[in-house]
Amino acid sequence: MSSAPPSGSPVGDWSTDFDHTTEAWAQDAPGIWRDLRTACPVAHSDRFGGTWLPTRHADVAAIAHDTEHFTSRSVIVSDFRPEAPAPIGFAPPITSDPPFHEFARRLLLPAFSPKAIAPLEGPTREFCGSLLDDVLSGDRDVVDAATEYAQHIPVRVIAHLLGVPESDGDRFRTFIHRILERPGQVATVDPEDLLTTYLLRAVEAHRVEPRDDLISYLLDLEIDGVPLSDEHVIGTIALLLIAGIDTTWSAIGASIWHLAEHPEDHRRLREEPALMPFAVEEFLRLYAPVTMARIVSADTEIGGCPASEGDWVLLSFPAANRDPEAFDDPETFVVDRQRNRHAAFGLGIHRCLGSNLARLELRVAIEEWVRRVPAFELADPAAVRWSTGQVRGPRSLPVRLTGEGAA
Amino acid sequence: MRIVFDRSACVGHNRCYLLAPALFDVDDEGYAVPLLDGDVPPDLEAAARLAADNCPEFAITIEE
Repeated sequence: MSSAPPSGSPVGDWSTDFDHTTEAWAQDAPGIWRDLRTACPVAHSDRFGGTWLPTRHADVAAIAHDTEHFTSRSVIVSDFRPEAPAPIGFAPPITSDPPFHEFARRLLLPAFSPKAIAPLEGPTREFCGSLLDDVLSGDRDVVDAATEYAQHIPVRVIAHLLGVPESDGDRFRTFIHRILERPGQVATVDPEDLLTTYLLRAVEAHRVEPRDDLISYLLDLEIDGVPLSDEHVIGTIALLLIAGIDTTWSAIGASIWHLAEHPEDHRRLREEPALMPFAVEEFLRLYAPVTMARIVSADTEIGGCPASEGDWVLLSFPAANRDPEAFDDPETFVVDRQRNRHAAFGLGIHRCLGSNLARLELRVAIEEWVRRVPAFELADPAAVRWSTGQVRGPRSLPVRLTGEGAA
Repeated sequence: MRIVFDRSACVGHNRCYLLAPALFDVDDEGYAVPLLDGDVPPDLEAAARLAADNCPEFAITIEE
């Protein structure tokens, strides 16, 4: 293991030495998955102390449903194994295993059911509208759809939901970028301390002055008559921030990137808004931003390959979503795809808790963009920068507004 | 046509509720609740197929 190249160093052979934190991965991850699925569907790398990468839908689904051999103790691959004890983990319930997982998850499910989330559509549309007012107000014909639009939407929605100042959004982004995009550097930045400090203050403020928001909802929860510990509450909020911001931003940005590259799909959505529910799921399938991780908790097999206790597994839902065994014409965006069992929100008991919120944000963000931007294109394809790590999306997306009468 | 719903496989993706709200509701935790017990009316058959074809967990099957 000590002979493995350091994480982040250049990769020669993706089937034996892959590294999802490299620029080469960021630039062409879908091509890498496609090549691996054909030549070596369960890739392995000695990096990060030993990591597997299954690229077939069937293998990804099997792992996601197997909590006996795979623990969620850490869901972000890094050079360090997590110290947080199972079954709770750092950020319950995503880092929890059965049986605790179900307790922690059921506490949160009611706050994220589709009916509980639906009232956020109005505020989300307002946020998107006011961002577009700014983006479209100037004389500029080139704007960055990632940093001026997509990036700000989930931050504002989640701040609204939690009940913290929307102006804290930039701090959220700093916390989560360190954790998600440069996992190899986590130890030198020590971001958990900063995030924990911030959240402790927010929780204290809500204890003093309870409000009608998610933090107060969490503080009111009990397990067997006992309020949740501060660690549990803070871990849960950390999870909502980490899980809800980069991910949704990435999905919105990638969807806008697709529309810039495919004006025929942009036109079709302008002319047939009723297709949007299908288009949203197709964006989620083809541009699923999230790859989760598991740690092998008992020796097992992954698609016939022997995996040992302690090995990392990258659970690539994005790769699964492009498997021709599971989807017809998987590399093509079909705006009204009728059969779409995509795994963008994961599979099994850890199905993304915030999926209804993410879906709402993505739909409204794209609806508003499509409605108000009549035509646009990539200003400079070479300037589009895709993120490294386990959350994939464009971090820089300069587009040229080409239509008349943008409003 | 009949709908067979496997509650133990449902993890709350809510795709059926979005695509076929006449056939599926959701409970407070977001799990699917089939609304129909018996034959699917002809005008809802397409919606039933959509619900089945888009369930990531294969929790919904159609019997014809």
